[in-house]
Amino acid sequence: MSEQEDDLILSDLPDEELVPQMHDDLYDGLKEEIEEGVNILLKRGWEPYKVLTEALVAGMTIVGRDFRDGILFVPEVLLAANAMKGGMAILKPLLAETGAPRMGKMVIGTVKGDIHDIGKNLVSMMMEGAGFEVVDLGINNAVESYLEAIEREQPDILGMSALLTTTMPYMKVVIDTLKEQGIRDDYIVLVGGAPLNEEFGRAIGADAYCRDAAVAVDTAKELVARRHNQRAAS
Amino acid sequence: MTTATAETTDLDILRDAGLDASGKGRILLLACGALAREILDLKAANGWDHLDLHCLPAILHNTPEKITPSVREAVTARRADYDRVYVLYGDCGTGGALAASCAEMGVEMLEGPHCYSFFEGNAAFAARDEMTAFYLTDFLVRQFDAFVWEPLGLDRHPELRDIYFAHYETLVYQAQTDDPALTETARDCAKRLGLRFERRFTGYGDLARSLEAWSALATEDRKS
Repeated sequence: MSEQEDDLILSDLPDEELVPQMHDDLYDGLKEEIEEGVNILLKRGWEPYKVLTEALVAGMTIVGRDFRDGILFVPEVLLAANAMKGGMAILKPLLAETGAPRMGKMVIGTVKGDIHDIGKNLVSMMMEGAGFEVVDLGINNAVESYLEAIEREQPDILGMSALLTTTMPYMKVVIDTLKEQGIRDDYIVLVGGAPLNEEFGRAIGADAYCRDAAVAVDTAKELVARRHNQRAAS
Repeated sequence: MTTATAETTDLDILRDAGLDASGKGRILLLACGALAREILDLKAANGWDHLDLHCLPAILHNTPEKITPSVREAVTARRADYDRVYVLYGDCGTGGALAASCAEMGVEMLEGPHCYSFFEGNAAFAARDEMTAFYLTDFLVRQFDAFVWEPLGLDRHPELRDIYFAHYETLVYQAQTDDPALTETARDCAKRLGLRFERRFTGYGDLARSLEAWSALATEDRKS
C-alpha cells in the first residue's frame, strides 16, 4: 500500500468517492475502516438501508463474484465478511428503527453432526443484507430443532447447511419429516455446502441447492416472490 | 512435471505431482498421493510385487471437485495395461461423485468417507461419532503447512484461526507409525490451532485389509 493510501482520511472524501473506497476496504477486509465509513455516511444523513445496500452489500457482491471466479479465496472472503459484520452491527439496530424493507424470514442452521458454519454464517449475513430476517439456529441441528424453530418463527424459508459427506444426507431426514407432517410445502427449503450439488438438492426434495451466498440470496428472492404471486393468484 | 518414484517418495512431489506407476505388476492401485508411503510400505512388507502403484497429487484434496475427473482420466488412460484397477480414495468430499464414477467405470474403490475413517477402521470410526475432532494422519502432520495452515490463510491472517476452529475441541493425531518426532510435530500443530492434543495409533487399518483382500483375489485369479 502506498504512503498516500495510508494517509487517506475517509471523512474528507465526498460520498461518490467514499462509497467506492468502502468497497475497496471491504474487499481488503478492513473492519475498522468499514465501521468508520458507515458512521460517516450515517452522520451525513444517509438512511441506514441505503448505507447497507450501496456501501456494504454492493461491496460484498464484488467479493462474492471474485470468489466465484476464483480470484478470491476463502480467507479473503472471511476477512471481508468480518469487515461487513462490523458495519452491520452498527446498522442493525437502526434498520429495525427506520423500517427497512422486509423481503421475508429465514430459519437456518447446520445439520446434525456438522459443526462447520462458515458458509452458513456468510449466507445469514448476506440474507440479512438483502433484507431478510434471519433466525440462526447455529450448528448441529437435529430435526426437532428445525421443527421447533419453524413452528415458532413461521419463516418463509428453511435453510440447511452441511460440509461433510457424512452429514449431508441428514437434510433428507428433515425434509422427509416435513413431508410426513404435511407441512413440506409451507416452506421454501434451500440447501448448501461444499459437497452438495444440484442433483443432490433435487434428490432429497429441496426447492433449490445454492452454491454460494450470492446464489442463496438471488434464489431466496426469486422463490419468495414466486410464492407471493401464487398466493395472490389463488 | 516431475513425479515421484517408489524409490524417492518425496513428500512435496507427492503433494503436487503424484507418483508414476512403475509398469510392473498386473494390478493397478490408483491412489491419493497422501497414501503413497503407506501403500509402498505394505507392498514391501508383504511382497506384493503384482500390485503397481500410481498416485495422483495429494493436493487435489484441497479442491475435491477435481478428484473425480482426475481419477476418471487416470483410470481411462491406464486400465488397458492392467488386469484390474482399484481406486484408493475415500469419498474425500466428492459427495458420492467418486463412488458413482467408479461404479460406472466398473472399478472397485476403498470404502469409507476419508482416510481418517479407513485408517481407524470404518466401523470403529463411525462408532466414535466425534463431531469436534480435527484429524491429522502421518502424511498430514508432515504436510501441515501445505494442507492446513497456508490454504486456510493462517500464515497471512492468524486471526482467522478462531473462526475456522471455533467449534473444534481436539486435534486427533491418527498415527500410522510410531515416530516420536512426528508425534511432537503433531502436538505442535494442535498448539498452533489452539486445540487439545490426542494421539491414537491406528496403523494402516482398513487400507491394509482392503489391499490384502485385493492381493489375494489377484493371486486366485492367476491360479484359475
